[in-house]
Amino acid sequence: MSIQLIRQAFNGNRPPPKMWRSHELKEYYDVVIIGGGAHGLACAYYLAKEHGITDVAVLEKSYIGAGGSGRNTAIIRSNYLTSEGVRFYNQSVKLYEQLSDELNFNVMFSQRGHLTLAHTDGGVNTMRRRAEVNQIEGVDSRLIFPDDIKSLCPYLDVSDHPRYPILAALYHPPGGIIRHDAVVWGYAHQADVRGVHIHQNTEVTGIKVQDGKVTGVETTRGHIKTGTVLNATAGWASTITAMVGVKLPLTTIPLQACVTEPLKPFLDVVVVSGSLHVYISQTDRGELVMGASVDPFSSYSMAGSLAFLEGIAGHVLELFPSLSHVRILRQWAGICEMPPDYSPIMGFTPVNGFLIDVGWGTYGFKASPIAGKTLAELIATGKPPILIVPFRLSRFEENDLVGEKGAAAVGH
Amino acid sequence: MLLLTCPNCGDRNVSEFRFGGEYGPRPKDPSATSDAEWANYLYMRHNVMGAQTEWWHHSDGCGLWFLAERYTRTNEVIKTFPYVKRDA
Ligand SMILES: Cc1cc2nc3c(=O)[nH]c(=O)nc-3n(C[C@H](O)[C@H](O)[C@H](O)COP(=O)(O)OP(=O)(O)OC[C@H]3O[C@@H](n4cnc5c(N)ncnc54)[C@H](O)[C@@H]3O)c2cc1C
Repeated sequence: MSIQLIRQAFNGNRPPPKMWRSHELKEYYDVVIIGGGAHGLACAYYLAKEHGITDVAVLEKSYIGAGGSGRNTAIIRSNYLTSEGVRFYNQSVKLYEQLSDELNFNVMFSQRGHLTLAHTDGGVNTMRRRAEVNQIEGVDSRLIFPDDIKSLCPYLDVSDHPRYPILAALYHPPGGIIRHDAVVWGYAHQADVRGVHIHQNTEVTGIKVQDGKVTGVETTRGHIKTGTVLNATAGWASTITAMVGVKLPLTTIPLQACVTEPLKPFLDVVVVSGSLHVYISQTDRGELVMGASVDPFSSYSMAGSLAFLEGIAGHVLELFPSLSHVRILRQWAGICEMPPDYSPIMGFTPVNGFLIDVGWGTYGFKASPIAGKTLAELIATGKPPILIVPFRLSRFEENDLVGEKGAAAVGH
Repeated sequence: MLLLTCPNCGDRNVSEFRFGGEYGPRPKDPSATSDAEWANYLYMRHNVMGAQTEWWHHSDGCGLWFLAERYTRTNEVIKTFPYVKRDA
């Protein structure tokens, strides 16, 4: 990186080289990925790098990272509730730990530790159970109590004065935050270098199916022939699957977040409270990034609301009374496709050649590397990797759900 | 969307209501319904980006469950109306 920086300094005023190129739309691609978020781009990268499949198009209706991948609050962790979930997200954390090297691009992964607060006996029991499941799967995760919480996070009010006093917390040292845009750009760059075509401003408007098999994709820039399509459009996933007549167990609901003016560094862990519907972390710039649970009704609108700001301000002050004078700079929303069991849906569908990587709800950014990698393997070999078998679409009919609500509803 | 029209109470602040999800007809005869049909009723959703018929509950008001038609991209409500049970 530093050599590039020095070289750029002697580059006059010319712009730095493009991280990914633009191309004419080709008539045919081996694989078409719909959705230029971290998931779609990661899958394109692993297809090219690990399986030599480089005749790949990523179609993005807007700019890459315009969806959840550019709107999330960047929390990465693996302290989930089910062994299937923990195993899967743990592999993702491991890939993230290597990602700056792998992509030769600094994704600023800061494993600063992650605290999930419990304010009720029920909450403490859930944390205890998560800690046990996490430890069995080899994930660093344990229950800690107010004295230890206070030493990790001195500004947190751990007294018994608040309405919901803090009884304990699930402490997960490898959890942390990342620079989400860098993940998107890094994957895009390395996919581009290997020959993947990234098409921005290219919206998919239809999918051609003949005799139960995918044969092509209609876009606003023309028709593409292909036998393999991956739907990686997260919040918009149902609109794409409707094009092939498949229904998914998803409801699209907005999720909002906001950021404060910068403060001196004082918070070096991620703090989450399920009971108070709030989570908070401090960025390298000093801003506090805060989020809550999803909006009260389904929608594809990305408008923010005053109700969200009022709610979150109250809840944050309950945890950190000293923040009462801090101003909010920005708020925004993204859309999240919520599955009934808070676990993703990955793999084949009843339509031959049409695959899905959806159901990422409010928690899918942390899974981008492992989802991209396992789906690339599925596309290349035709066999679902063992890690993603529990997340197959048919689990709903088979009554074999992977219930992660207790670990994913607010924690993201 | 700040107001919603309850068929009983008229225009009320939307915070008085609970969203009940997309409307889907319940299978008529449970014993003659296959697993796939139940899974479809319980879990699968059209989740349209466009006009959606959906359940609302006036939970902090009269307690009525009713239906609304709403554009899910703009949140513009087309109409609200009482649920009328169809013949079995
Ligand atoms: C406020 C907020 C906070 C979040 N916090 C976290 C967090 O802390 N940790 C975490 O792990 N996750 C978090 N998430 C969830 C996370 O952002 C998503 O699960 C994840 O980014 C999904 O990535 P993706 O690549 O699958 O989809 P996206 O990044 O949403 O990409 C989908 C893309 O598809 C494109 N598209 C849609 N329709 C079409 C079409 N017809 N043709 C072509 N392209 C199309 C869209 O423009 C979009 O760019 C959060 C989400 C939000 C909104």
